[in-house]
Amino acid sequence: MAAPRTLFDKVWDAHVVDRFDDGTAVLYIDRHLVHEVTSPQAFEGLRAAGRPVRRPDATLAVADHNVPTEARDRPIAEPQSALQVATLERNVAAFGVPYIPLTSEAQGIVHVVGPEQGASLPGMTIVCGDSHTSTHGALGALAFGIGTSEVEHVLATQTLLQKPAKNMLVQVDGRLGVGVTAKDVMLEIIRTIGTAGGNGHVIEFAGEVIRDLDMAGRMTICNMSIEAGARAGMVAPDETTFAFVRGRRFAPKGEDFDRAVAWWRTLASDEGAQYDRVVRLRGEDIRPNVTWGTSPEDVIAIDGVVPDPAAETDPARAAGLQRMLDYMDLHAGQRIDSVPVDVVFIGSCTNSRLEDLRAAARIVEGRHVASGVRALVVPGSGIVRRMAEEEGLDRIFLDAGFEWREAGCSMCLGMNEDKLRPGQRCASTSNRNFEGRQGPGGRTHLCSPPMAAAAAVLGRLGDVRELARVREEAV
Amino acid sequence: MRAFTTLTGVAAPLPMANVDTDKIIPSRFLKTIERTGLGRHLFDGLRYTPQGEERPDFVLNQPAYRSAEILIAHENFGCGSSREHAPWALLDFGIRCVIAPDFADIFYNNCFKNGILPIRLPRAVCDALMEDAALGGNARITIDLPRQVVIRPDGEEIAFDIEAMRKHLLVEGLDDIGQTLQRAPAIDRFEHRRTVEQSWFPSVSAAF
Repeated sequence: MAAPRTLFDKVWDAHVVDRFDDGTAVLYIDRHLVHEVTSPQAFEGLRAAGRPVRRPDATLAVADHNVPTEARDRPIAEPQSALQVATLERNVAAFGVPYIPLTSEAQGIVHVVGPEQGASLPGMTIVCGDSHTSTHGALGALAFGIGTSEVEHVLATQTLLQKPAKNMLVQVDGRLGVGVTAKDVMLEIIRTIGTAGGNGHVIEFAGEVIRDLDMAGRMTICNMSIEAGARAGMVAPDETTFAFVRGRRFAPKGEDFDRAVAWWRTLASDEGAQYDRVVRLRGEDIRPNVTWGTSPEDVIAIDGVVPDPAAETDPARAAGLQRMLDYMDLHAGQRIDSVPVDVVFIGSCTNSRLEDLRAAARIVEGRHVASGVRALVVPGSGIVRRMAEEEGLDRIFLDAGFEWREAGCSMCLGMNEDKLRPGQRCASTSNRNFEGRQGPGGRTHLCSPPMAAAAAVLGRLGDVRELARVREEAV
Repeated sequence: MRAFTTLTGVAAPLPMANVDTDKIIPSRFLKTIERTGLGRHLFDGLRYTPQGEERPDFVLNQPAYRSAEILIAHENFGCGSSREHAPWALLDFGIRCVIAPDFADIFYNNCFKNGILPIRLPRAVCDALMEDAALGGNARITIDLPRQVVIRPDGEEIAFDIEAMRKHLLVEGLDDIGQTLQRAPAIDRFEHRRTVEQSWFPSVSAAF
């Protein structure tokens, strides 16, 4: 009998085209998502070598990093951003690659668009020149980020040269408390294993807490696998997955869908499958979390205090902590829920789906953004935006004093007009709190959409559960 | 791609862990459609003040290290985004070898596509090499990739591991697309089998 295999092993095995003597596999790639920042040099390479795109029908392009999130009827003002988007448009036309233009409702952040369009499906291998491609693993796909040289390699050959990764299982049992979200779970996981903890591994997320999450929550978890160092995160496809996929634009239809589901059901890890590393957490132990430093592993619960570098024995580590405290303008022992914010950003490929916006709106409804705080909501796609408007979420946010924007990467990474000014402090639903990530000198505190909404209302980092409790008592 | 065989040069010590790709090259400089020209923004936030003046205490601004070709750092170098602009910026500055206890996967992989050699050595060895590097411009370190050794200024040799295929491509300066295309018949067979066995498998059409 064949040895029991993991979800990763099965998807990997189904895509090995050929093997080199040293074990390097030629891995077939089912979907290649392309955006404007990491593709120009790849298309240029094809042109120089006289190579075509092997499978335009397995490729989908969209601009997201550079796009303005307001005044979309006007040309992009920043010349270099405009050039990058124009270059993508020229390349997709020249190579016959399907492209979602800025004028389409389907445009949005590539990692929101792929699943939303049914272009990303269970059991697929999916790549994109973007580390947050791990998001699509929520469907039970093997999805990972690649560099521009590999973008060119996939465009030319529809394959990648890869060594198999190691298997890690992150099992989250039990149940989540009120006010605790998928984002809090993932921040807890990163705090536990560290930003290098997943290096060389693909993480499979399992357990009752993961099973109980909707697809948006699973995408939040898999999205930040890269912040734990893992190449990819995966969740075994189940009824939640199939219900999500059914009827989407590029998903199989009718009998084809049933045949696809029959295969997708076989992908779950076998009983007795071996993992190189297993990490277990309990949902009941997880509280609303927030980051205090400039690495995604610098996580504390919202009722915690900023750590003390003097408690570190390794001098290099102590110096690193002090550098972070200086950059973040925090001091050892400070309560994190005392820290005022200037900006609140709800959006990004981590947390810009309809479910995220609903969760934030529930906290915001009937309240107002604190004076002096700038708060933005940036839906992940034009379709998310429209669906949110059909539910009246835009009114809730606008009435509360939030800005309601068009779809794009926005303030996650400071490549477009939405960025922090030096010294500004932001409660952000994005994925990276690196120095300068949201703009030079900007200070980022990562948190969930309800926690970001609470920060907007309170004018400081605060415990969303207090606001939720006030609301319950009023009812 | 430029081949990498041996390199003798100045090494710059950067005793920091988790040097992320936003630190190596901030997002706002990713708007280029070229591979070259990013060297002047390498480590922009560490290297320059917000007003654009050089920070004299940053290692690459010190006279001894301005022409460094080797960088020595601490754990998890290159974590964060998949941007190949990070190795492009290092290469454009003149860095052809990075030594650290370990690297983030995507960055590690991207280095090899650009003729940069990332070497994993234990933390204590990295710290010893940093002490060598602290001696400045007279303390040249040699990397011998064919023999897989780092040679310290005093002549001591330190062996390092590298996968055979990665070493081969780097020493020969080979681009791997050409190599993969030699396997095109296997790719054709895979695609044919897919259309037979998984005929439900959908493709993406161009109508948006």
